Amino acid sequence: MASRLSDPILTWEQVRYQNSMFWRTPVAAFFTLFFPLFFLVLFAVMFGNDRIDIAGRGSFTVAQFYAPSLAVFGAVSATYTNLAIGTAIARDEGILKRFRGTPLRAWSYLGGRIGSGVWIASIAVVAMLVVGAVAYDLHVRVETIPAAIVTFIIGVSCFAALGLAVAGLAPTGDSAPAVANATILPLAFISDVFLPLDDPPRWLEVIGNVFPLKHFVRAFQDVFSPVTTDLGWRWGHLAVMIVWGLIGLGLALKFFAWEPRASSGGRRRRRG
Amino acid sequence: MSAISISGLVKRYGDLEAVAGLSLDVAEGEVFALLGPNGAGKTTTVEILEGYRSRDAGEVSVLGEDPATAGRGFRDRIGIVLQSSGIDRELAVSEAIDLFGKMYPTRRPTADVLEIVGLVEKADARVKTLSGGQRRRLDLALGIVGEPDLLFLDEPTTGFDPSARRASWRLIDGLRSLGTTILLTTHYMDEAQNLADRVAVMVGGGIVAEGSPDDLGGRATGLVAIRFPLPDGVGIGDLPAPFSAATVERGMACLDVTDPAAPLNQLTGWALERGVDLSNLTVNRPTLEDVYLELTGSEDTNG
Repeated sequence: MASRLSDPILTWEQVRYQNSMFWRTPVAAFFTLFFPLFFLVLFAVMFGNDRIDIAGRGSFTVAQFYAPSLAVFGAVSATYTNLAIGTAIARDEGILKRFRGTPLRAWSYLGGRIGSGVWIASIAVVAMLVVGAVAYDLHVRVETIPAAIVTFIIGVSCFAALGLAVAGLAPTGDSAPAVANATILPLAFISDVFLPLDDPPRWLEVIGNVFPLKHFVRAFQDVFSPVTTDLGWRWGHLAVMIVWGLIGLGLALKFFAWEPRASSGGRRRRRG
Repeated sequence: MSAISISGLVKRYGDLEAVAGLSLDVAEGEVFALLGPNGAGKTTTVEILEGYRSRDAGEVSVLGEDPATAGRGFRDRIGIVLQSSGIDRELAVSEAIDLFGKMYPTRRPTADVLEIVGLVEKADARVKTLSGGQRRRLDLALGIVGEPDLLFLDEPTTGFDPSARRASWRLIDGLRSLGTTILLTTHYMDEAQNLADRVAVMVGGGIVAEGSPDDLGGRATGLVAIRFPLPDGVGIGDLPAPFSAATVERGMACLDVTDPAAPLNQLTGWALERGVDLSNLTVNRPTLEDVYLELTGSEDTNG
């Protein structure tokens, strides 16, 4: 028997393939990467470059708070939103079904999607932090970098799992963008992604606390916060994201489908 | 050994029995066509053979394995061309062939695949720029890149213009000569006639006839139809003797005979004598389409 490429290499090929599909779809690249950067610039214009002096720590711009939260928003777009929409559309178009008929392992395909999502998320975060540091004097403390990396990995894993769960639950590829955006955008407003809410009603705060986005934002913000004096580990926030990640994984495994739903009218389906 | 062996296959969707006790054998190296109207259960049957669907009863063996439980080694040896499987619009043709080829232990070089399916000039084109026929050829390319022993073709030329269809037939014929076993579904009779070594007609989840395209439904021993326009003022009674049994439909005299030699001889002699024009005379064996329409109980619209 002739040799086959090993599964890790095939998975790597899938990451590369998904990645090139992302860059060839400018609208996805725009929303995931450019949109959060645009907010960074917009907020800087709105709030000016007023500085806050913290005794013993130095002076900071407000970008010190919202660059990390916008970085999280980019990371969540790259994983949750893009995986939910991309996977549901690929299912509806019969792309998943085609892969299912090949010797490719199921986890290689999904690994390609997730790996590409995480790679793009890391580009979104690094781009945000670099622009923040260069243009808005964002300070990064070397001691907190391990906490930043672990928080990022747990956060994107959680949202990738939830994205695949939404892909499985969305009845059609057409409905996936609506479901993904209708969940993540309102949540972003009550999860302090853009601006911390000024004295929100209790119920809004509770909703924000239940879902994982606020925990991702808070944990990542704290890593960069000028008032943080420790190494930036926020175990409580990380634990909530791990729980949500497991819920997402369970739902994804239960509802994931390789074939278009019978109800999806997008593509011709005949039984002859 | 049979490439495909099915006995007593049953598949139900709720109360509907989509496949009702189907039995079938396809030999290695054979090109087998499954004919039948929409809803006959062709796609369901083929998807069970491909491993996409479970079955409710019956024995199925494909390349010696049960597709319901077969693993990766099975998928290494089959190629699947579905009716409706998508491909990323932004992928280039050669990239797609590379991507899929890498999954198989044995693979045809991308350049060879492009050559076989006639997409050499489109190698660098994105999928979104391809015509429907070109996209279908890419489907075929992805089905054969792993050098399958068995290729499933679900309605490979539906929606093609006649010249594209003929080009695809040549291509499939080429695969046959490489020893690939091919199971194709189609509802084009001429396609089955041109490609298949054997055909089976499926109706209501079962096979109603099976054989070579030339013998199907007793076609080889069937009657021959002689037809010609009845001249004005000529009645059946005026025709030579064998034609007293002829029927008249819309001005055409029709006679079904087992051996047309004698009646034709008398008819032409009679026509020469009387100066009757027989330029619209036809002598036909029933076509595969006639047999098919009869078997499937479809309305014969030829009149």
